[in-house]
Amino acid sequence: MAASTASPADLSAALVLEPVASADWLAILPVAWCLAIGALLVMLRRKIDWHPYIAVLGLAGLVVVDVLLLRHVIASGPVTMVMGRWLPPFGIAFTVDLTGALFALTASVVALAGGVYSLADINDSGRRYGFYPFLMLLMAGVSGAFLTGDIFNLYVWFEVLLISSFGLIVLGSEREQIDGAVKYGFLNLVATTLFLITTGYLYASFGTLNMADIARKAEGLRGTAPLMTLTALFVLAFGMKAAAFPVNFWLPASYHTPRVVVSALFAGLLTKVGIYALIRVTVMLLPLQREELSFVIALAGALTMLVGVFGALAQSDFRRMLGYLVISGIGSILAGIAVGGPGGIGGAIFYALHSMLVMTALYFASGVAARLGGSFSLSSLAGLYRRHAGFAALTLMLAFAVSGLPPFSGFWPKVMLVKAALDIGAWWLAAALLLTGFLTTVVTGRFFLLAYGRNAAAGDGATASGRISPAALLPLAALTVLALAIGLYPEPLLATIQSAASGLAEPSAYLNSVFPGGGP
Amino acid sequence: MEAWFALLVGIFFTVAVYLLLSKSIIRVLLGVAILGNAVNLLIFTGGRLTRGVPPVIPGHQDALTGPAANALPQALILTAIVISFSFFAFLLVLAWRAYEELQTDNTDEMRVAEPKDEPAPPLGY
Repeated sequence: MAASTASPADLSAALVLEPVASADWLAILPVAWCLAIGALLVMLRRKIDWHPYIAVLGLAGLVVVDVLLLRHVIASGPVTMVMGRWLPPFGIAFTVDLTGALFALTASVVALAGGVYSLADINDSGRRYGFYPFLMLLMAGVSGAFLTGDIFNLYVWFEVLLISSFGLIVLGSEREQIDGAVKYGFLNLVATTLFLITTGYLYASFGTLNMADIARKAEGLRGTAPLMTLTALFVLAFGMKAAAFPVNFWLPASYHTPRVVVSALFAGLLTKVGIYALIRVTVMLLPLQREELSFVIALAGALTMLVGVFGALAQSDFRRMLGYLVISGIGSILAGIAVGGPGGIGGAIFYALHSMLVMTALYFASGVAARLGGSFSLSSLAGLYRRHAGFAALTLMLAFAVSGLPPFSGFWPKVMLVKAALDIGAWWLAAALLLTGFLTTVVTGRFFLLAYGRNAAAGDGATASGRISPAALLPLAALTVLALAIGLYPEPLLATIQSAASGLAEPSAYLNSVFPGGGP
Repeated sequence: MEAWFALLVGIFFTVAVYLLLSKSIIRVLLGVAILGNAVNLLIFTGGRLTRGVPPVIPGHQDALTGPAANALPQALILTAIVISFSFFAFLLVLAWRAYEELQTDNTDEMRVAEPKDEPAPPLGY
């Protein structure tokens, strides 16, 4: 980082001198928008009746911003915006490519659904606790993690979303929640500290933290820097965030304890942030090391899938079963990362986006089922189909989607992953994927028959109300329709994902956007 | 100098991992605190240790002459300290609250969210 030797007045090597194009502001807008709305909600802490409406409008605005951002990225390639006009590698850069924009858009859709669902789920005391400010700040952290182009900045966004998630998970302070929050809090903090350790080694080896700069330099440093150590530590840290086997036990211990909408948002967003970071680091920054480690990642993925699905098979609580299904989905994504290539990485991205939508919707379904049947437990839930056939149909569609059955959104990524695994001869990985799909069908089928199909015993659930609030049904139905639409007409999304995956594997456009004209 | 710091960071990590593996929540907390400090020292060492001057360019010059301290790791550590301290404070309160609520600080006995004697799932209709 030598200072420029030109005359003091010539700052063009270090600063952006021309004004930022107005479309490029979109790169930072999702984060700034969420922070602004979150701050507004904190200021209005005495007007808790206004909170839900402001937050839902804010999240709707976030969806619009993310749609515009994705359109901009599709039209003109990766977008870079630097903070304080300092050029990278001096300044912090926000660089948005297709992968980041796709993840950010899906996250905002999930958050909007959660915001609408919360109208039925979060009562006055939850609002007084600050559910909505925490939700907006969580989205600021999630968006920042998807859009940033700097590793240390990624760490900071991880911490922003982590502290907001702590606030959300203890919301309500029941005994069970405190117990879950202890495990969630400690293990996630250790995981992010592990990430920071790796960041420290990365800085010591590269002298830079800008992702594009690292991607440029990784090839030249292969002889001297401990790149395998870095990659292995990154895989461990992000694997722990994503709940991959064998560091997954905090997830089933905590995800069933908070409010339903909080569980749903966690299942949709938080593990996927870990997956996104893993894809970004292993595929774009250190691709050769990923290939070296691919067997380990594949093994971890296969074991994650099987542990998840067998764990789900053993549960009798709706939400705990879903926690294990989240884990088994993470396993499929890891398998895709291990296989690599356009099919594997594309399949992993597609599976992650599908899993964000479908797992959130399934948690919503668990909340509605508990409202109708008075319990989350499989022993006492019964006869839901008789009480509300439409809701049962929605749940069945989601069950098909999560099992990877056509014509729902889980089918295509599964096909891509199995095909990519078979193409490189990893038949055992393909077999694990297919077996997991089959066992997931068994899990959801068993659950559906017992909770929905079985006749309720006399007197059971008579106290529970038979109606579902529209605020709960609307996001559930919307996400299910989205899953069905992706399953029926996957071509546009598939094409976008394919070019996102090739942009990660061949990041020259990303580098050009950060260092126009070759850089320093 | 770097070698001694590397050794010190290694000792910190060892102690932190040892404490993190214990069953008592308060020891785990101490482990978290030590781990955070170990990372800060690691970044500090990674950014080159020197007794050099601060990286300020005198008015009549264009560039730095001679060795100077690296300012970036200090900025990174400052961020990391703020974050890890606030997390430590949160977790301390959470641990206290858990002790009050669950009447134990032994992680093995914290089984409220995952009870041991859960009824088996129904085996048939």
